[in-house]
Amino acid sequence: MLATILKPDDLDVHLLIEGLYHRYGYDFRNYAPASLKRRIQSFLRTEQIATVAELQAQVLTDRACAERLLLGLTVNTTAMFRDPSFYVAFRQQVVPLLRTYPFLRIWHAGCSTGQEVYSMAILLQEEGLYHRCRIYATDANDRVLQIARQGIYPYKQMQDYTQLYLKAGGQRTFSEYYTAKYNNVILRPALRERVVFGEHNLVTDGSFNEFNVIICRNVLIYFNPTLQNQVHGLFYNSLCKFGILGLGKQETIRFTKYETAYDDLAKAEKLYRRRN
Amino acid sequence: MAYELIVIGTSLGGLSALKTLLGALPQDFSAALAVVQHRHRESDQGLGNFLQQFTVLPVHEVEDKECIQAGHVYLAPADYHLLVEYGYFSLSIDEPVSYARPSIDVLLESAADSYNERVIGVILTGANQDGVKGLSTLKARGGVAIVQDPDTAESPVLPRAAIAAIAVDAILPLSQIAPRLIHLCAATGG
Repeated sequence: MLATILKPDDLDVHLLIEGLYHRYGYDFRNYAPASLKRRIQSFLRTEQIATVAELQAQVLTDRACAERLLLGLTVNTTAMFRDPSFYVAFRQQVVPLLRTYPFLRIWHAGCSTGQEVYSMAILLQEEGLYHRCRIYATDANDRVLQIARQGIYPYKQMQDYTQLYLKAGGQRTFSEYYTAKYNNVILRPALRERVVFGEHNLVTDGSFNEFNVIICRNVLIYFNPTLQNQVHGLFYNSLCKFGILGLGKQETIRFTKYETAYDDLAKAEKLYRRRN
Repeated sequence: MAYELIVIGTSLGGLSALKTLLGALPQDFSAALAVVQHRHRESDQGLGNFLQQFTVLPVHEVEDKECIQAGHVYLAPADYHLLVEYGYFSLSIDEPVSYARPSIDVLLESAADSYNERVIGVILTGANQDGVKGLSTLKARGGVAIVQDPDTAESPVLPRAAIAAIAVDAILPLSQIAPRLIHLCAATGG
């Protein structure tokens, strides 16, 4: 096989990523390169390290630095009812289908600090389906899962979340779902009752159950086409017949191998239904 | 070497500038165009539909991993950064850059990194500095840097900042930018 010739700065990034994999098992080898490079550059600035080559040398001998880098390379932008129109479509198009099942398993893959999981729990509660559900909320990153499990968020975000909740078709008063204390709020324990938080790495871990719904929003954008296909294979094999797949607003099944395996349920909101 | 990709950044006043620029490009235009127009995080597909009325080139709001095709116009979607890989686009929801998501810097820097001297960067009217750093990187990587003449810009802040910071290849009135792009892309043999 012919070697792929890389530019010097791309080579440094390549060696860093290979080093992380072979030294610690952190696998970023099939991440989308452009955003990965930006995050490495931003990590260099934070750590005041001059070059990627220097970072590579340090990471291989300094586990604490490697762990900080791991956190720096993963994205955790989230909010309750982020993209409210997604939840409106979910209520209108998906909920009626879910009513036909006696028991529902939902997998929220890449749940980050949990806000979107609790949003779904609220929606299901308002639709009278929550008691029939089990939500498996997973992330590769143990630190964000700790936050997710607690369900404690800064009070100052509530104004924004309240507006998003209303736009998402919320039927109650948002403040019913939390108790405020000092500068934080804690979400009602009932919203956690049917949620199982657990560590799962989409890159390296396999299927662990069969689900009626899989939600994975704005996670796959960080993967290259090869890895996207691999993870879509995992999702396809983890969904039951006619199971629902929900992606992020600008994500699509279109450019993957699984394009023909799903029907559109709500095209603009990237809600798909497995064919069979 | 042929120019394969043109990256365009604009904020305040961009809508009417883009209308003029894209409207003057012919159907057989030989490069792909990627555009960041600063916009509200909840704005819908309206921008793409609006611009499509004025150009013969197909306009897309980019979906993740969409292929880059010559003669197509690709818009950064609301609330996502648009990044260029070699041959396709990626999106990200990383933190805003210079308070902006989508950010012009992110588009231009990633385009420079993937396409080097085969990319042309265009800075149009705009009210802040997002885009200056990106155009500077693009120029340093061998790309061509074009800036709208601030006197013809609805908001001259961004073009002025770009001209002050970078040895740009051309400062052109808005109406001259499309003809220059056509000329550059034709001269290199498509």
